[in-house]
Amino acid sequence: MANGLVIKDLHVNVGEREILKGISLSVEPGKVHAIMGPNGSGKSTLAHVISGRPGYEVTGGSVEFNGVDVLEMEPEERAAAGLFLAFQYPVEIPGVTNTVFLKTALNAQRKARGEAEMDPMAFLKFLRDKAKLLQLRDEMLKRPLNVGFSGGEKKRNEMLQMAVLEPKLAILDETDSGLDIDALRIVAEGVNAQRSPERSFLVITHYQRLLDYIVPDVVHVLAHGRIVETGDADLARRLEKTGYADYTPAA
Amino acid sequence: MASSTETVETVNELTGAYKYGFVTDIETDFSPVGLSEETVRFISARKNEPEWLLDWRLKALALWRKMEEPRWAMVSYPAIDYQGLHYYAAPKAKTDGPKSLDEVDPELLSTYEKLGIPLKEQEILAGVVAVDAVFDSVSVATTYKAKLEEKGVIFCSFSEAVQRVPDLVRKYLGSVVPQGDNYFACLNSAVFSDGSFVFIPKGVRCPMELSTYFRINAQNTGQFERTLIVAEEGAYVSYLEGCTAPQRDEHQLHAAVVELVALDDAEIKYSTVQNWYPGDVEGKGGVYNFVTKRGACRGKRSKISWTQVETGSAVTWKYPSCILQGDDSVGEFYSVAITNNAQQADTGTKMIHIGKNTRSTIVSKGIAAGRSDNTYRGLVRVLAGAEGARNYSQCDSLLIGDKSGAHTVPYIESRTPFSTLEHEATTARISDDQLFLCRQRGLSPEEAVALIVNGFCKEVLQNLPMEFAVEAQKLVGISLEGSVG
Repeated sequence: MANGLVIKDLHVNVGEREILKGISLSVEPGKVHAIMGPNGSGKSTLAHVISGRPGYEVTGGSVEFNGVDVLEMEPEERAAAGLFLAFQYPVEIPGVTNTVFLKTALNAQRKARGEAEMDPMAFLKFLRDKAKLLQLRDEMLKRPLNVGFSGGEKKRNEMLQMAVLEPKLAILDETDSGLDIDALRIVAEGVNAQRSPERSFLVITHYQRLLDYIVPDVVHVLAHGRIVETGDADLARRLEKTGYADYTPAA
Repeated sequence: MASSTETVETVNELTGAYKYGFVTDIETDFSPVGLSEETVRFISARKNEPEWLLDWRLKALALWRKMEEPRWAMVSYPAIDYQGLHYYAAPKAKTDGPKSLDEVDPELLSTYEKLGIPLKEQEILAGVVAVDAVFDSVSVATTYKAKLEEKGVIFCSFSEAVQRVPDLVRKYLGSVVPQGDNYFACLNSAVFSDGSFVFIPKGVRCPMELSTYFRINAQNTGQFERTLIVAEEGAYVSYLEGCTAPQRDEHQLHAAVVELVALDDAEIKYSTVQNWYPGDVEGKGGVYNFVTKRGACRGKRSKISWTQVETGSAVTWKYPSCILQGDDSVGEFYSVAITNNAQQADTGTKMIHIGKNTRSTIVSKGIAAGRSDNTYRGLVRVLAGAEGARNYSQCDSLLIGDKSGAHTVPYIESRTPFSTLEHEATTARISDDQLFLCRQRGLSPEEAVALIVNGFCKEVLQNLPMEFAVEAQKLVGISLEGSVG
């Protein structure tokens, strides 16, 4: 059942504190949804819960992806099912080159899906083609993952991982943070190049400017653990002028 | 790299068990139990040794009786009953010993097959590796001897060398590690049963990697092998030993001695992949690995390089060292030591700078998981005459979980102001963020740990000969199985 991501009345705690207080959201294949909101509204929590990061307690509701309950799956099973998270703060893995990391990850996913592993030569060509699209130098493929990368390089590298793993749903967790305008454009072009009728995106951002480049089909405003408004791309532009002041919590 | 995926496949095949934990059922010829002059004479007689070697052994026994077992290492284990062990065990030979592989006991061959050693010559051709297989105490088959002999290279069991080239053995035996050097080396000197002997004559570059697999099979047997490698002027050799032992509830004692001698412009590269049985999760059983390895760079511009991957044994006590005697000689030590569950490792190196402009490099990577303790202990000593000596040491530790321990104990002594010594040390932990990143990209927790740890060890693993580097990468994953999740 290829109906994309369906979240129903999702409640999530961190410790004793309720962070998400009943989120409902559907992202159909091929669509780009943006989630905006002030700091501390629960945007990153939503991204983490969908991808299965430990440390969150789901106290109610459901998350399904193409008809399957993802909350029951391990993070690596979700990855193999086509869920991808671009990290806000990509971590370093010393000694493991970008190339080795991506080849290991892609083949682990292919294996989990019952597909044949890609042979090293074919993979290398595939990887170089993807890197070229994102204007990443070949030299970066030989460097250990994220070690000594600038902020912009790390984010572009996240986009490279997305391009290689070809997910069905990509969640971008504040990928625009810390990027200058040129890097922002490159990242946005990377995303736009991968838009397709089968692939959907959940773009989490604090600022509207990323959405000048990645034009969303739907914009949600998340505040204090709830979706308080949903609209089209115009909603994002309006927020740019008014800010989040209208969404102060009900007393 | 796909190796981490393969690692997990291998682990699954093993269903979590130690792969080499099978026992080969063959008739064995034991020495009487316990250690006495009689035992030493028994061993020497079995090997048809000359008088001087028997005397050498007896002198060692006399010295050993006056020595105390060392207790300074950061390991603890119950007292060893030296009188309760067999010091010699040999598969019962039909006659004089096998002349070719066809004469070797098929049980033995199938053991080696399980170990994955390509003993058959045609298989060895593929890897161009000559294997001297030591099964308990007797070397059962040495392959590729003919091709090596063409070049004047001698590669045979220690016992054979005693018969064939006694003068060479007598000249170099104990010249790097004398009988009374330390408790375990001394014990070895009295009762050593077999081992490998390598001699590379002047100017010869050994045409292939030489390799020995050691395996402890018989129950309640100590294995005391003795290896001697001599590289004459301008010679080169790369030597690899791999070690496994069957799974048993009792502890097994392994006290080996390795001596290397490099003359002017000679180079010896010695690599070890050690995978002795580490004991079970609770620390029951496993090998006590008390080994003395030392290389003498006697000649000018000579070089000795140790690379070790230590994943097995219940207790490891091992410090491969270099005595940099010749001017401009070079010593290297690259080490990966992995401990999991209840394993204990106290390992490192000694670099003794005697000659002028001698250089040494130490790169040590310790990985501790489970409840294990992993200690790097190293000595860099620069003597007064060693002007221009340089050392670079790097000791990195990686902790997995919150019950393991990593310790670094570097001793640095310099008696000349004209030397340069550098020491760097780091300790890190596999972070939850790294694990989650890997899992989000599709790796299982085991695959993630194998990938991260292989990255951590990369500088060392890339020093291994190609075919063994792949094996070592897999071992890294297997030995850390069960350390997360």
